[in-house]
Amino acid sequence: MASWLSSAAAFVSSLFSTSRQLNLNGVMGMNKRNGAYISRYNPRSKYPLVDDKLKTKIIAQQHGATVPILIGVIEHQAEVKRIHKLVQKWQSFVIKPARGSGGKGILVISAHNNGVYEKPSGQVITSKDVERHISNALAGLFSLGGKNDVAVIENLIKFDDVAFSGFSFEGVPDIRVIVFKGYPVMAMMRCSTAVSEGKANLHQGAVGVGLDLATGKAVRAVQFNQPITHHPDTGRLLSELVVPNWQALLELAASAWEMTGLGYMGTDMVLDKDEGPMVLELNARPGLTIQIANGEGLLPRLQNIERLATPIKYPEPAERVAYARQHFAAQPRL
Amino acid sequence: MPHEPGINEPSRLPFYVLILLLLIIGVALSVIRNQDYGVPWTPSESRQVWDIEARIEFTAVGGPVKVSFAVPNSQAGFTLVDNSASSAGYGLSYLNSRSSRRAQWSIRDARGAQTLYYKTQFLVDQYAQQKLSTAIPPLLQNLPTPTFGPAHKGAVAALSEQALKRSADNVTFTRELIKQLNDLDNQNAALMLNDFSKVEALTKLLAYAKIHSKTVGVIELEDGRRRQSIIPMIEVWEGDAWHLFNPESNEQNALNNVLVWDDSNVSLLDVIGGKNSKVSYSMIAQDITPISATKKKAAADSLLNFSIHSLPLEEQAMFKTIMLIPIGALIVVFIRILIGLKTSGTFMPVLIAVAFVQTQLLPGIIGFLLIVGTGLVIRGYLSKLNLLLVARISAVIIAVILIISVFTIVSFNMGLTQGLTITFFPMIILSWTIERMSILWEEEGAKEVLLQGGGSLFAAVLIYLAMTNPSIQHITFNFIGSQFIVLAAILLMGNYTGYRLLELKRFKSLAEG
Repeated sequence: MASWLSSAAAFVSSLFSTSRQLNLNGVMGMNKRNGAYISRYNPRSKYPLVDDKLKTKIIAQQHGATVPILIGVIEHQAEVKRIHKLVQKWQSFVIKPARGSGGKGILVISAHNNGVYEKPSGQVITSKDVERHISNALAGLFSLGGKNDVAVIENLIKFDDVAFSGFSFEGVPDIRVIVFKGYPVMAMMRCSTAVSEGKANLHQGAVGVGLDLATGKAVRAVQFNQPITHHPDTGRLLSELVVPNWQALLELAASAWEMTGLGYMGTDMVLDKDEGPMVLELNARPGLTIQIANGEGLLPRLQNIERLATPIKYPEPAERVAYARQHFAAQPRL
Repeated sequence: MPHEPGINEPSRLPFYVLILLLLIIGVALSVIRNQDYGVPWTPSESRQVWDIEARIEFTAVGGPVKVSFAVPNSQAGFTLVDNSASSAGYGLSYLNSRSSRRAQWSIRDARGAQTLYYKTQFLVDQYAQQKLSTAIPPLLQNLPTPTFGPAHKGAVAALSEQALKRSADNVTFTRELIKQLNDLDNQNAALMLNDFSKVEALTKLLAYAKIHSKTVGVIELEDGRRRQSIIPMIEVWEGDAWHLFNPESNEQNALNNVLVWDDSNVSLLDVIGGKNSKVSYSMIAQDITPISATKKKAAADSLLNFSIHSLPLEEQAMFKTIMLIPIGALIVVFIRILIGLKTSGTFMPVLIAVAFVQTQLLPGIIGFLLIVGTGLVIRGYLSKLNLLLVARISAVIIAVILIISVFTIVSFNMGLTQGLTITFFPMIILSWTIERMSILWEEEGAKEVLLQGGGSLFAAVLIYLAMTNPSIQHITFNFIGSQFIVLAAILLMGNYTGYRLLELKRFKSLAEG
């Protein structure tokens, strides 16, 4: 009885010490994120801008950001057959539901000829399959809550396979940057694995690689919240990862603040071989795993930005990026 | 701290003042209830008071109406504390005869639907005397022997003979008769019950054996019941008192939760000048000191009455459940904000817990798993058809109703009466749960479904345990102040921005120096 009690007491006190240590390291919890950042800095009225990929794309373009080229939009079931004519001049393209959640319903076509469509994996599908996929997207099969949706067709990005070869398995790696009041505060790359089935979704088993804001170099890597050093499928040493075009990428991320007016958000970007960094998606409720990937808490950086005096003229994206690169540098721990 | 213009951090002071205010109001109201009304802090059996309300409904045909209604009196186990009647426009008088009490309402002219209320309060009192009619011996010294048709004669003789052999006095004789009547294999009993109800058959058999008996109307006391009707039972004269028997049951010792409402042996309700009359009962148990029962009555008229006990009993019984919902909400808030457990749908666990209260825990959990499991299979097929959301949900609702009917019928035919309570599950809620779980399954995989479904079920069980806890039931219903305290606690938790318990594990790797 006494030993049971003392072990219970030891467990509770270990919980308290963990909590204290996390607090000391500035790790942000879900309650803190919701109460102190999202509800305070993200006006609800701005959410539709980021929850709809088509709207995000349009405002991003208006602000001069690079986005994958829009081939067309299919809004009604009656227009579904228009797809074949639409993509005639494009060799490869992507079909996305505008309000698809968690990467659902994204169909990638790498080549097509006379009604025969080929996926990147080499699998061949018919024009009927493509039509049914669009029809499902319009019916809301992929949108959260099953709301009616529109299908966005855009040019397939040519992802930078020189810089990233071996870091991702069967999927395009994307870069998530947390932007707070226009300042990039933390970044990571999400690399798909065999377990995650080509998806860059961390809780499905994708590898999260924390990136040093100063250099774009890998700081730390985790899979399923556990630190790793090599990519589980390709065996590539993750510490060798360096994101090229780092300044341009961070400036693009920072400019999302001007686009949306959301104070606390996650910007998801990809690097195109020819066009450089592109905005794929914006997120008003970015997750907290980025802290685990970086081995660092978000709070010290967020509070650093909160403490900044507001000048009469708000700093330009380039100035904000320079500030972030200077203040939020990290030591590689791989 | 300097801030972005337009995004000012509001001062937290008013918030904490509000919480303090709520706490003060809550505590003050509770203390007043305890001090002035004498409601004890903990539930206790010995000081229980039953409030019973009879609701008489009939249609007046126009012209004078006279309603005579048998009302109960103190009896073994129960002391009459208070009674009152409400009846707009009617004159009311009580007629006390040697053997019965009746309330009589009268009006010169009434037309259309009429509702009369009679409210009475009984103190549970094991020392209560057998008063008045319970001790009045039967009027007739010699009972007329009932006559039976040729079909029944043999059966009556056989039944009486066997009961007589196995009994020593009137009480044991009656018990033996009831046993035979409840024996499904007894041919003689079956013959009698073809033409008579159990009560009628028993009365005739007792008269045949020259034993004085009478039919009384009783109500079964169960806390929070509404729309109950009166149940006929038999009283038998033995020695110097009447003994109550339930003809439906062989067990005679479980009769301490029945109150004899009408032992006049005349009629429960007579309506002159009306038709379609009916009586229904609502009842509720309260814990209160006998002294304060009188004190409370005196205070209720003059003081501002802060309790829901001034409402009609039917509404009060409803509030008994409603007042438990905030406790469920509190637990959900606790589980989500402080522990960080995922539940599917924010307050779905509360509704499931309310259903568990009706079904009991184990049949409830089994029923829930059966319905949701089968529903998921059906929903899996529906998703292949690519239907629109509204049509899909509607189809799932119908599927859930069919599943519930099938399980009810199967369990009934298997002799499992617990299966019948499955109908208490809120069908619309279940359909949404199935829909949400199904989408979750497609998007995140089976593991996430198990995680969230398990979380919801765990939360529901916790809430069920809280809702069925007698102390919590007692506090929430008797002390309205407790609601303010719960509200304050919920608001306070909404202000918590620290780590959730499960986040300590999630971020464990970040906790190293």
